Amino acid sequence: MAEAAFPASESDVADAVADAVRAGERLAITGGGSKAGSGGDLPGRALPMNRLAGVVDYDPAELVLTVRPGTPLAKVTTLVAGERQMLAFEPFDHGPVFGRESGAATIGGVVAAGVAGSRRVSAGGARDHLLGLRAVSGRGEIFVAGAKVVKNVTGFDLPKLAAGSWGRLFAMTELTLKVLPRPETTATLFLSRLDPQEAVQAMAAAMGSQAVVACAAHRPARDGEPSLTALRLEGFAPSVAARAAMLERVLADYGPLNHAGEIEGEDFWAGVRTLALLPLAPALWRINVPPSAGAAVAAVMERLGAAWLMDWAGGLIWAAVDGAGEEVRAAADRAGGHATLVRSSAQERATVPAFHPPAPGLAALEERVRRAFDPDGVFETGRF
Amino acid sequence: MSLVMPEPDLTTLARRAEIVAALRAIVPGEGVIDDPDELVPYESDGLTAYRQPPLLAVLPGTTAEVSAILAWCHANQVRVVPRGSGTSLSGGALPLADAVLLGLGKFNKILDINYVDRIAVVQPGVTNLADTRAVEDAGFYYAPDPSSQIACSIGGNVAENSGGVHCLKYGLTTNNVLGCEFVMMDGEVVRIGGTQLDPAGLDLLGVVVGSEGLLGVVTEVTVRILPKPETARALLIGFSTVEGAGQCVADTIAAGIIPAGMEMMDRPAIHAAEAFVNVGYPLDVDALLIVELDGVGAECDHLLGEIERIALANGAVSVRMSVDEAERVAFWAGRKAAFPAVGRISPDYYCMDGTIPRRRLREVLERIRALSDLYGLGVANVFHAGDGNLHPLILYDANVPGELNRAEAFGSDILRLCVEVGGVLTGEHGVGVEKRDLMPEMFTDADLKQQQRLKCAFDPKSLLNPGKVFPQLHRCAELGRMHVHAGRVTHPDLPRF
Ligand SMILES: Cc1cc2nc3c(=O)[nH]c(=O)nc-3n(C[C@H](O)[C@H](O)[C@H](O)COP(=O)(O)OP(=O)(O)OC[C@H]3O[C@@H](n4cnc5c(N)ncnc54)[C@H](O)[C@@H]3O)c2cc1C
Repeated sequence: MAEAAFPASESDVADAVADAVRAGERLAITGGGSKAGSGGDLPGRALPMNRLAGVVDYDPAELVLTVRPGTPLAKVTTLVAGERQMLAFEPFDHGPVFGRESGAATIGGVVAAGVAGSRRVSAGGARDHLLGLRAVSGRGEIFVAGAKVVKNVTGFDLPKLAAGSWGRLFAMTELTLKVLPRPETTATLFLSRLDPQEAVQAMAAAMGSQAVVACAAHRPARDGEPSLTALRLEGFAPSVAARAAMLERVLADYGPLNHAGEIEGEDFWAGVRTLALLPLAPALWRINVPPSAGAAVAAVMERLGAAWLMDWAGGLIWAAVDGAGEEVRAAADRAGGHATLVRSSAQERATVPAFHPPAPGLAALEERVRRAFDPDGVFETGRF
Repeated sequence: MSLVMPEPDLTTLARRAEIVAALRAIVPGEGVIDDPDELVPYESDGLTAYRQPPLLAVLPGTTAEVSAILAWCHANQVRVVPRGSGTSLSGGALPLADAVLLGLGKFNKILDINYVDRIAVVQPGVTNLADTRAVEDAGFYYAPDPSSQIACSIGGNVAENSGGVHCLKYGLTTNNVLGCEFVMMDGEVVRIGGTQLDPAGLDLLGVVVGSEGLLGVVTEVTVRILPKPETARALLIGFSTVEGAGQCVADTIAAGIIPAGMEMMDRPAIHAAEAFVNVGYPLDVDALLIVELDGVGAECDHLLGEIERIALANGAVSVRMSVDEAERVAFWAGRKAAFPAVGRISPDYYCMDGTIPRRRLREVLERIRALSDLYGLGVANVFHAGDGNLHPLILYDANVPGELNRAEAFGSDILRLCVEVGGVLTGEHGVGVEKRDLMPEMFTDADLKQQQRLKCAFDPKSLLNPGKVFPQLHRCAELGRMHVHAGRVTHPDLPRF
């Protein structure tokens, strides 16, 4: 993949896009390359956004952060942590999932890929925290959408389209994100020896209780180790203590509820986040379903011999298994959800599309929406 | 009124009888309204300064009927204005003389409730409050709570991306909706999102929410429901200065506390509310804060103390904590009745809806005060203080010649001011017709054209709710003009619209 340019400013980006349109070339917007293994190879020229980096404005009391897309995720996380705040959707670095060092992921990349961690189930995803943006369309035109305040309904909510667009609509040159206070206290509670069905029921009971559960995940039994179902509580210390006691009552039917030590708890969630709990070798699927269907999908994964994990109270299943594309997609379809092929061998990628095929009517509409931003298909690298 | 709406199409006006007949073939009997007297209730929405009888009204009851109506109108080049309960404060549901008004009132059923997935599937005509009523026995509720919640419909909430006093903590409609079915102007029925958290492809739901009836007619909505908090407690805090109240809000958030609600009222609003409901609001203060905390009892107890401390450190002159549910409700009574209360002290009022960065609050209130003197019209401010969403209520008398125009000019100046300090034209009520012509204050021509291109992807003939949101109508052909370079189109393999 050749480098078209190495833009250092928004107008450089606009020029690069205009040049590509004139030359009939395609551009692949890249951030840190932490997810470069997703989808097909990137034909066309790279449009690296790394030099468009840095914080534009950060006012903690307004809960708003404006940042350029090439800013490393780690920098953003450290910056807001310094003000006892956080990006509540828990974006994470995909590097390790592809066997790379972590640290390369950029804020533009994680938002464009719609990356969100375990807290997505209670706090929303990247889409819910992207308030505004500046971008360059496939016409090479600079435009603004959304705003730099937490509450706004002026005009169409174009930033929602950016999250999860994988750089196929426009090149973001500035992002305004909502930040939130970091919880003062965090506690992790474990149930063990539940089967997937029981785990989904227990997580639903917890999420449906007044204990305000932030995250709920399940790691199945493996190699003689019993399964773990984890619930995370966050907030002020007296509140977390009261809610932990409440969960003991709510979950009394599911066996003892053990309080994890701080390190043990953090390890578990880090394992879910980096997927260190799954083997690194085979193809990796991300299956998005209604939580009530989580156990049925897990049963299919068991039958396929996949290593798997369940997050979002059953609504997200990560599964590592080679050559099972059809079965995985069928299981997601039956559950009313969808499955994304996140990582795979070049051979599998050549035959299995990364994204779940949309319904025909929807595919046509999505296509028209993409052309509304990128009429010439400059950003259509064919990766997906 | 100074509002210019799209020129009515004379051919359509002349074909009225034919259109009535065609729509009666789709929705029989009383579902099509053409009697001028019966059309009166549809003449305006919550923005009552503007009135216009529609060509006719149609009240379908099924998605198939909506689809057939839209397909017929599309084929016959007839404009359509969707309407829920008609409480829009921005004129989003204002009819057009040559447009069919499509009312969703018959879509009033709750289709499914699932407590494992914590969702409810509802038809768009279900009211916001009915959604909560349907799940409250099981201990759940639907979080976004616009003050109009007894009347406004979920479909209208989706179209306007409505908020409420609890949206700092719980989000706007867009953060509480997982999927929907909608019908595009050509009659095609599309389902987006679902019961899972992330969409399979582009987040189209994210743009349909808040699209003010311009992209499609929503016929089914899947909303998230939440367990009702164990307790809710409120504080009523009086400040002798607006700065003190503003700093209390900032310090609360800096202390890591996101209250369930944080509302501010200024002196005129406090006095009007207290005179109306008599709940014991302090009258000798310049600003009143109502802070609500919800969650487990231990959390509320802890945070009430924290906020009292922060309030006193910022010069609070009175602090009351609700001891029981009745008192909490009483604290809110004045705020919730602020609009009718202001309606008692003035024949008419005009509600604005800008958002500002909170740090500019004092300056903005001072300049609103100066504008009030300039225009010779009173103003009372209620304010979703946590998220910076300001609702100045401009007091006027429509019977005094010129006052409505002055009120509108005053309102426009307030919104310009909001944009000038880094805020926006609307925090929750939508652009509609009301703020349409102010859009260039916030967006460049390129920004607006990009938004309109999205509209073209859904409704290339611009037949759905025209004249709303965008100050200037561009033809889609013009907006979508291809880049043709040296006589050839790049990437001819890609489909185009
Ligand atoms: C007293 C009062 C208090 C209010 N308080 C608040 C508040 O606290 N917060 C807030 O956010 N708003 C508030 N509002 C504004 C209003 O209630 C909301 O905007 C509400 O969501 C409108 O819902 P509706 O059903 O009345 O929609 P309508 O007024 O009928 O329509 C609003 C818009 O939605 C479109 N529309 C309606 N239904 C559909 C559908 N099914 N498919 C596609 N488009 C559709 C219409 O074309 C129109 O553009 C208040 C209004 C009043 C009168």
